[in-house]
Amino acid sequence: MLEAIGVSSVQELFDRQIPETVRLRKPLALADGRGEQDVYAHLRELAQRNTSAEDELSFLGAGMYDHYVPAIVDMITERSEFLTPYTPYQPEISQGGLQAMFEYQTAISELTALPVSNASSYEGPSALAAAGYLAKLHNGRRRFVISAGLHPHSAETLRTHARGYGMEVDEVPLRDGVTDAQAWAEAIDAETSAAFFAQPNFYGNVEDAEALTEAARRAGAQPDRAGQGDPGKANGADPIAGAGSPGDANRSGAGPPVVVAQVDPITLGVLKAPGECGVDVAVGEGQPLGNRLDFGGPSFGFFAAREEYLRRMPGRIAGETVDVDGRRGFVLTLQTREQHIRREKATSNICTSQALNALAAVVYLSWLGRAGIVELGELLLARTHYAREALCAIEGVESFSEQPVIREFALHLDADVAAVRRRCKEAGVNPGVDVYALTGRARDRGLLLVALTERRSRADIDRLAAALKAALAAEREVVSV
Amino acid sequence: MSAPSRTHPSGRGQALSAQIDGQPPLQRDPAVTIFQKGAPSRRAFVCPELDVPAAAGAELLPERFRRSQAPALPEVSEPEIVRHYVSLSKRNFDLDSGFYPLGSCTMKHNPRLHERAAALPGHARLHPLQDADCAQGALELMFNLQRALAEISGLEHVCLAPSAGSHGELAGVLLTRAYHEARGEVRRKVLTPDTAHGTNPATVTMAGLEVVKLATNDAGGVDLDDLREKADSDVACLMLTNPNTLGLFDPNIEQIAQIVHGVGATLYYDGANLNAVMGLSRPGDMGFDIVHFNLHKSFTQPHGGGGPGAGPIAVSERIAPFLPPGLVKRGEDGTFAFAPTAPSSIGRLRGFHGNYGCFVRAYAYICSLGGDGLRDASETAVVNANYLLARLQQTVEPDVRSHLPLAYGPSREDGGQLCMHEFVLSGGPMRRALGVKTVDLAKRLLDFGFHPPTVYFPLLVEEALMVEPTETETKETLDAFADAIAAIIGEAIEDPQIAQNAPYSTPVRRLDEVAAAKRPVVREQR
Repeated sequence: MLEAIGVSSVQELFDRQIPETVRLRKPLALADGRGEQDVYAHLRELAQRNTSAEDELSFLGAGMYDHYVPAIVDMITERSEFLTPYTPYQPEISQGGLQAMFEYQTAISELTALPVSNASSYEGPSALAAAGYLAKLHNGRRRFVISAGLHPHSAETLRTHARGYGMEVDEVPLRDGVTDAQAWAEAIDAETSAAFFAQPNFYGNVEDAEALTEAARRAGAQPDRAGQGDPGKANGADPIAGAGSPGDANRSGAGPPVVVAQVDPITLGVLKAPGECGVDVAVGEGQPLGNRLDFGGPSFGFFAAREEYLRRMPGRIAGETVDVDGRRGFVLTLQTREQHIRREKATSNICTSQALNALAAVVYLSWLGRAGIVELGELLLARTHYAREALCAIEGVESFSEQPVIREFALHLDADVAAVRRRCKEAGVNPGVDVYALTGRARDRGLLLVALTERRSRADIDRLAAALKAALAAEREVVSV
Repeated sequence: MSAPSRTHPSGRGQALSAQIDGQPPLQRDPAVTIFQKGAPSRRAFVCPELDVPAAAGAELLPERFRRSQAPALPEVSEPEIVRHYVSLSKRNFDLDSGFYPLGSCTMKHNPRLHERAAALPGHARLHPLQDADCAQGALELMFNLQRALAEISGLEHVCLAPSAGSHGELAGVLLTRAYHEARGEVRRKVLTPDTAHGTNPATVTMAGLEVVKLATNDAGGVDLDDLREKADSDVACLMLTNPNTLGLFDPNIEQIAQIVHGVGATLYYDGANLNAVMGLSRPGDMGFDIVHFNLHKSFTQPHGGGGPGAGPIAVSERIAPFLPPGLVKRGEDGTFAFAPTAPSSIGRLRGFHGNYGCFVRAYAYICSLGGDGLRDASETAVVNANYLLARLQQTVEPDVRSHLPLAYGPSREDGGQLCMHEFVLSGGPMRRALGVKTVDLAKRLLDFGFHPPTVYFPLLVEEALMVEPTETETKETLDAFADAIAAIIGEAIEDPQIAQNAPYSTPVRRLDEVAAAKRPVVREQR
């Protein structure tokens, strides 16, 4: 091969191309390579030093949940034909992947009751931040309003991204465990670019999504009370502000903000869908839909919207078309939104996303099916209420609120949460998330967040109750001694 | 893999007409989605028994919060699901089936050990909020991966969190902003060469900064005069890929670094092309401040048909205080934990700690190869690219070189040219001589069983064809690909329509993308 190239050594190839002064003239300080069996043994040993949901009775949630992943999800996503291709830039030989994206988009559209979905986003919180960027491009205003019920990772991620493109973020507090409706309406005005809430919220409580959406639309459509916010001045630095672009009408006049809901997709067989509530954009963490926990990723984010936002959506979108023989086929469509065509004027920089994870989701949703998504939601609802009642019957435990919950709920413990959790874990039960340890917010002190999946039976809940009761009693004893 | 021409001078192979006129391949069944299959009340899922008291629905959840109509998900059985997706899979080309020389994408073999290791329950069913003392294996893995990436890049501080390359880029530009702001400076401009990946300029805009394009010189590198002219105190950063998207290592890299640092700006390394230089040259030693890695390119995370990936970043000392959360540290007692986030951090970029499943695979890869193995991988990648380039440029019957010349590249003594791990040909002469465009060549390659190279990128090359063979391909495969390109040019000389109307053997033929964008149908109709 070197002869064909016309060089005498491999060395020469590099000597001719890389300046001597930036060559690495020593071996990388890494361990020597090892055979497959040795590497496997090492990774297995590392895995064994983790306590997974296989090893304890776990009620951890707060964004990712230990749902059952059916065997066919593994079987299909492990197929070479889905596992190893690149993004489908050549549609003639990528119809499998493209059709799967199209089916995924259909499933997400059905779940959210919104007409359009992209082919996937990275994960939940960054999908929410991407919705913020869409709103900025859409109306060019300068302020986001978020509910304190957003997952803290979502709120933080939005703030990080919003700082980048110069957007203020104001937070509306909770009242009785849900978004304070009055403060919400007051915070939103004609300068509000987008308003964000979570359903269910971070504490597991079901929000009145319809009322929040209506209130946001009403408040945002009115002229600013302070008389300072003239929407006509809001021009922003919209990179897509070409004549006739879809946002222009809205940008030059008053109009409601973009209402964004972050939703838990597993609840959507039961809870009123974002589209039914009038929401503009629904985003969320897709992990509950057939994806592994994987210590936090890879999973996927979903992103669905009303039709008018289609041309500003981030990420890949599969669309239907025909080939030269009139045969039905699928392509990546509306690519003029994207970075590889539009470069600095793109609606997002996203390139590689989460196609395989989205495939897992559509296989999972097909497995669950039209009846299953409802049955699973009802089961979670019933078991979650049973669990909240059972745990609140324990001395030293109080419910965080009386709001309806569907798959997760917060409890107030009258003992050190970290200490109680340690005791429960000694009994083989991980009782849930220490909220303060996650958020670091003073208001979250003493809160335990307990999540249910269909894998946690009544007997498991009873075992949790017993462990929690014993742990609290033991803690009281320590304190009284 | 062979679909030779009906008129190729060598006379090899079967008649093309058999493919054009013959029976359609099995995967030509009409496309029917899962939503069009099944029947009412057909199902796969069996719901666990309701083992708690059945309360009235409205008691648990007020009616006004309830959905009025169930989402119309498919109603199908398990065997139907399996058949459906297996048949879909057969309409995909994939890396395990054939050569995939997609430039700047590094489609190298995906070892299956990695899938097995990542699927171990200790990794796959580990909750991201598990306490540190119950996740020591995962944290140690992340720590070791941080150390390895620091060593490979020559930059000490690594954050694994970004979800993909473009997410790493966004982190990098936000880091740059934070760095300048902490020094009391507001710098608005980011320089990117006109050869840059589209994600670079898109990222700059998302981070609230302004893109300034840099010209490319005749040798394919950064035009130093243009750089000197544009480098001023308003420049925050230069984003560079090295080797760049022409497959060329910029020989002026140290001067570039001097100029950029001279005006107080940072130097950002787009790691998409790291596969050319692992163990051979390090971005940190070249003077870069911030690097992103693509674990789904250089480190064998399977691409999954468009993700998942992971885009860790490595930065120099002066950028470290601004890193996003998610850094793993080792305590004095030898245990591992996430470091507290510095107040100066740019903040969180996503939920939890990053795409851990991808970390497992990348770490397995690094353990398998070791330091020497990584260097061997890069060396072989560069040898393979140069061999393929030489084969193409030396093919005289037909004359591939005059139809598809190398766009840029250093010369060899005997008149040939060199590249790093990839090279960019221009299809301009082919189009002018034969009326066959790069897209036609690409579509015809499909009939030969090859995934085409990246086409029409970088933008400054007319009819660009960007070829990256990677180190995991054999000489036989490279030869077969070179033969296929020669055969296509040969048949095009005889009859350009063959390429212009290709492909013929694929599940669908050329698709109407204009119609798809004009009247978008993005979901199955009810």
